[in-house]
Amino acid sequence: MKKVKLPYGIPDYNLTEIVREIPNAEPPALPVNSKLKVIGKRVKRTDALAKVTGTAVFTADVYLPGMLYGKMFRADIPHARIKSIDVSAAKAHPGVFAIHIFKEMIEGANPKENNKKSGYPEVKYAGQPIVGVAAISMDIAEEAVNLIRVEYEPLEFVVDMDDARKPEAPLVYQTNVNQETSSGGEDIEEGLKSRGNVRGPATKSFYGGPRGNLKKGFAEADVIIERTYRTQVQTHCPLETHGVVVDYNRGNVTIYASTQSTKGTRNDFAKTFDLPKSKVRVISEFIGGGFGAKHTLGNFGVMAGHLSKQSGRPVKLMLDRKEEHVSAGNRPNSLQLMKVGAKKDGTLTALKLLSYGTAGVGLGSGVGNIAQAMYECPNFKMDQYDVFTNAGPGAAFRAPGNVQGAFALEQLIDELAERLDVDPLQLREKIDKSTIRKVQRERGTQLMNWKKPKKAGSDPGPVKKGIGVAQAHWPRFVNLDSTVEVRVMQDGAVEVRSAVQDIGTGTKTVLAQVVAEELGLKSADITVLIGDTLFPIGPPSGGSVVTGSITPPARNAAHKVKTKLIDLAAGELDTKAENIVVENSWFISKSDRSKKISFKNLAGKLRVEQITETASRSDDYGGFMIGTVGYEELGAVQFAEVSVDTETGFVKVDRIMAVHSCGRPINISQIESQINGGVIMGIAYALYEDRVMDKNTGHQMNPNLDQYKMPFSFEVPEIQIELIEEYGARSSTDATGIGEPANIATAAAVANAVYNAIGVRMTEIPITPARILAALGKI
Amino acid sequence: MKYKRKKPKTEKTGRISRRGFLKGAGITAAGTVLAGSGVLKLQAQTEEKDKTLGPDAVNIKIKVNGHVRQLSIEPRTTLADALRKELQLTGVKVGCNRGACSACTVWIDGIPVLSCMTLAVEVGDKEVTTIEGLAKDDRLNPVQEAFMEHDATQCGFCTSGMIMTATHLLEHNPSPTEKDVKVALSGNFCRCGTHPKVFDAILDAARKM
Repeated sequence: MKKVKLPYGIPDYNLTEIVREIPNAEPPALPVNSKLKVIGKRVKRTDALAKVTGTAVFTADVYLPGMLYGKMFRADIPHARIKSIDVSAAKAHPGVFAIHIFKEMIEGANPKENNKKSGYPEVKYAGQPIVGVAAISMDIAEEAVNLIRVEYEPLEFVVDMDDARKPEAPLVYQTNVNQETSSGGEDIEEGLKSRGNVRGPATKSFYGGPRGNLKKGFAEADVIIERTYRTQVQTHCPLETHGVVVDYNRGNVTIYASTQSTKGTRNDFAKTFDLPKSKVRVISEFIGGGFGAKHTLGNFGVMAGHLSKQSGRPVKLMLDRKEEHVSAGNRPNSLQLMKVGAKKDGTLTALKLLSYGTAGVGLGSGVGNIAQAMYECPNFKMDQYDVFTNAGPGAAFRAPGNVQGAFALEQLIDELAERLDVDPLQLREKIDKSTIRKVQRERGTQLMNWKKPKKAGSDPGPVKKGIGVAQAHWPRFVNLDSTVEVRVMQDGAVEVRSAVQDIGTGTKTVLAQVVAEELGLKSADITVLIGDTLFPIGPPSGGSVVTGSITPPARNAAHKVKTKLIDLAAGELDTKAENIVVENSWFISKSDRSKKISFKNLAGKLRVEQITETASRSDDYGGFMIGTVGYEELGAVQFAEVSVDTETGFVKVDRIMAVHSCGRPINISQIESQINGGVIMGIAYALYEDRVMDKNTGHQMNPNLDQYKMPFSFEVPEIQIELIEEYGARSSTDATGIGEPANIATAAAVANAVYNAIGVRMTEIPITPARILAALGKI
Repeated sequence: MKYKRKKPKTEKTGRISRRGFLKGAGITAAGTVLAGSGVLKLQAQTEEKDKTLGPDAVNIKIKVNGHVRQLSIEPRTTLADALRKELQLTGVKVGCNRGACSACTVWIDGIPVLSCMTLAVEVGDKEVTTIEGLAKDDRLNPVQEAFMEHDATQCGFCTSGMIMTATHLLEHNPSPTEKDVKVALSGNFCRCGTHPKVFDAILDAARKM
């Protein structure tokens, strides 16, 4: 072990240094970004050229010789036992090469339940896949699917959460169920019992269980507010749908996958098909978005595997847009009953949350982590219930739970501030112990020229303006199963290899930057080869873990390579290794600066074609931090300005100010892009998106991009971003992610601004014109 | 291999088939550029030539990015599928396959159209341009340059459609306002939420052109 001094704190606020004891193999401390050349700059994406010229090959773009097209027959009723399946006509259809009938499912809770009697899985939602066909073209595959006949014994179903909670509701599951979590950051408590369709309560998270005594807390309160909030089901809608191309090739499997986890996809496939991991290769060079839903192989991936195995040919199976909506994941809705107690000075004395949410046939609708962790409150309890409905399974979705939770919590705190007659930022100053959010509030206050909001609804005229603020909390997760290889070749070429994937967040580019910085090169000098399980395994792209997990081993591997090159340079320059300094791609003798050799020339002296070093993510410096101090680091504060037309009910977001931090920022422009994306998604969540289920048929009414209302250019407001560097001496790069925090506070900030505009609380989203008019008593 | 195929099942079951729908709709313009009137002219010409084709494959010639290509395709093949599958021009993306996201935007005689809502056989002797055809002699066009410069891509799946729409805008309106840009892009869906940088990139490209 060695002791090093690392930057610690926030520049222009409390930046200092801290001594940490770290393993000898760790590279020296990285100074703050202002002293670096590549890290912390606006570096162009390494794959931007491929994207703007249309040469980037996504899974949807893979066409292999002999490739067949897969299509699945999906249940058209929401709940049924399958009596028989007739695929004879489909089998006889010219151009059909393989047909596979599912014997068990891999998604949702307890997918293998009810499998014994008929031999077929029970249909639990409309759109559940039953049979798959592989044919010479997609048109023929679709024709064959239309020839499949399934005889059902229909069962009573329920798609509405409130209906599903009733004691007489049809049961989605007959027994208690569990579910494995994906790697996307959702929190599922194991072993809980169900009553009817209601499972729970989940009372714990990685932050622990209940604290203190609620009764005592509420007794101490001067002010108590109790409110009910509702959020809708939101679907992920990545522009590239879920899908794979599987080439089974007699057990030497290659899978092109639009996935957030090459590792997860490989491991799922190896397990399902009983193959060693070494026989399954997953390639994901470009991924058209994921937002949490693409962590697993999925039923479609299993199906493509069977069809490819059976036909002996590669099979492409991409979901269509409707399948994407109904079966590929969603953010569960929520019904949140919150009660807060506070002293006159704002001190929270008690906070209670009772929540229900439906992830359809899946689990993971908890919302309480943010209420549990963001504010100081000695007495806290949450009871979170999952409610099963006959709808497609939920999936991790950009800050699972926290987006729903923030919508309720941050409106409640806003209301508390109004009741106590204090500025909502001032109240947060009192109850929020996070240093980073304190600084974020200060910066935001300056940039917004923020004053205590005017009296709600006080604007004259029909179009009323409002301002609002809300905060975000996301724990800093790290995935230690993150490995990177760095190679230097005799011609000076540098290659970075890892199985980690880039779902559009810019992972390739941050890897190039970190390695370039360490080797004294430019990021354009680095070739980044990722998204392939032939390379060392990297983390899944979920939970905002990637940058904090993969950049430290990248730097450490580059450092190991550099150490070898320095030894080589010492020999060439006839000096000692300690006397070599690396600057701007030159290896220079410190004692005699005329003695130097360029990176390229030095590489030419290598004894072998390439040198290669691999490093895995070390433990966090100062101890692995989750749930203890980790939550401080990914805070954010967002401000919203809105206009509400009280005659039409139309809400327009005029401006968002997003104040964020993500440890040491690696690539400023990419961070801005992700924040823009989180904000826009948050606006859409607040105002537009809503999965509408038909209670009578159990089908989604809007499984497309025209009736499922999405943000387009006119829905995008002015977004200003303030990024605050924050050093925590956590790793050799001290970076963290930004994807989730960007999405958490927006909807709550918009809702608070809408309240400030019209003087009526919108406790249910999306805030549609109809809801505004209803709230104003106009309809 | 040859396959005998029945009429598509979809027509019998009363669902709207792509062929039936497109026959009524003609070539569908992307975004709001329909006003360019060239589309309507194109539609009239297409109707004139209307005759029953298929269901078996037919040979067509199609001019794409300056080259005439001969294809054997089923008449129901969309232009998007013909470009992607037959010509490997996979820069043309299909996001929704029903004209709601504009990822599949290409130009026909310089006018943006949704290639997922256009049949390949409809194109006739018009010239198709895809994202792959924008760079001349390996030199990117200013919109492509600006997209790189302004980090106007995230996952990149909407990028081709955005650039095709934006380039057409700048060719017809060299100094657009931000509102002009938003109008032009109003049909282009981007789930990553890259819009602010896309607007910046296009306005910057206009200044540099």
